[in-house]
Amino acid sequence: MSTHSDVRERIARRALEELPAGSIVNLGVGLPTMIATLPEARDRVFIHSENGILGAGPRPEEGAVDPTLVDAGKRPITANRGASYFDSGLSFAMIRGGHIDVAVLGALQVDAAGRIANWAIPGQPILGVGGAMDLLSGARRVIVTMTHLAADGTPKLVERLTLPIGSLRSVDVIVTELGVIDVVNGALVLRELAAGVTLEAFSSATAAPFKIAPSIAR
Amino acid sequence: MPAARILDADAAARLVRDGATIMVGGFGLVGAPLQLLAALERSGARRLTVISNNLGEPGRGLGALLRQGRIARAIGSYFTTNPDVVAAHEAGKLEVTLVPQGTMVEAIRAGGAGIPAFYTPTAAGTALADGKETREINGSLCVLEHALHADVALIRAHKADRLGNLVYQKTARNFNPVMATAAECVIAEVDEIVEAGELDPESIVTPHLFVDVVVEARR
Repeated sequence: MSTHSDVRERIARRALEELPAGSIVNLGVGLPTMIATLPEARDRVFIHSENGILGAGPRPEEGAVDPTLVDAGKRPITANRGASYFDSGLSFAMIRGGHIDVAVLGALQVDAAGRIANWAIPGQPILGVGGAMDLLSGARRVIVTMTHLAADGTPKLVERLTLPIGSLRSVDVIVTELGVIDVVNGALVLRELAAGVTLEAFSSATAAPFKIAPSIAR
Repeated sequence: MPAARILDADAAARLVRDGATIMVGGFGLVGAPLQLLAALERSGARRLTVISNNLGEPGRGLGALLRQGRIARAIGSYFTTNPDVVAAHEAGKLEVTLVPQGTMVEAIRAGGAGIPAFYTPTAAGTALADGKETREINGSLCVLEHALHADVALIRAHKADRLGNLVYQKTARNFNPVMATAAECVIAEVDEIVEAGELDPESIVTPHLFVDVVVEARR
């Protein structure tokens, strides 16, 4: 049985393969930011952080922390060669103006059409949204990384959202520890099963209807 | 040519009146004018409306003013990292208006640029668009958002010259240059004040016409 952090790292590694070399990528707080900690990520993509940097690098070594250099999760980072700084207005013009190639976001639920709930948990006060809705509206491509099941064991891929929707826009790809799902013309299409995962196991953990790509051998 | 007024933090903070609307720069505490906020605590100004991405951390930055019950209303994008905000909101002591971060900064930018309102697809169809006017533009549903203005902006920069030109440091820049454009009175806390001409004109991010008061932070 693999640990929770193993699972999350596996999802991050698989999501990294979805990022075209040289692309401009914004990583949501949480699981998506694990991608930035993978050494391969540094050479592959340019990481944009909405608080005002393009070219965010890995965490600094101990003793080399610069208090004026943080990521969107407010944790210390470094700046890669060729990095630039800018204000929040320009940063969100990049996001909302379609200049970010890929946003990788976490989600609480994804519905049958690939729309996501990613910001508000019912029963808890709705007091935080950050840049989640801006990224959903404006990024050219949105990849969701999430564990396949919620903490209570219920599927996150559901027919209809029961949690508040983040945008009318459907995401493009969903990566979980069980597989990779594309959203094609408003429908979920299973593109890939993770190693060792059967179609039956995937289906029983999924509450949304989905199609199966021809590339998956039956 | 009028130079910016150079004041100490307490004199500057007294420019914020009871009931004022203030913008406060910073992403969390990074790039927040912490010494101006400490002076604002001492000044006693109350019933404040605060436009800021967050309300600091528990007991720190804007979080200290919140604990003293001095903030009546907060407009921002992310408050859940400060549990005091959640508690004050649930106790009915703090009115919170949540806006997507990009919408917030664009509303401030619009406020500073003389644009009264704008349409954006961000948040269309979500709970954050409830009660807002919408219309379809180029095939996508958009929400009408109004510009934001403040009586006073409290911002943080790295250096100022005596005219009030500002340069920033790395990601401590964040909301500060935008807020500098959208308030009646702009007060900048800086590490160092230098003579006019000492800052490279190519590196100045906030030209001095936006800045009214400069405060040199104590080390």
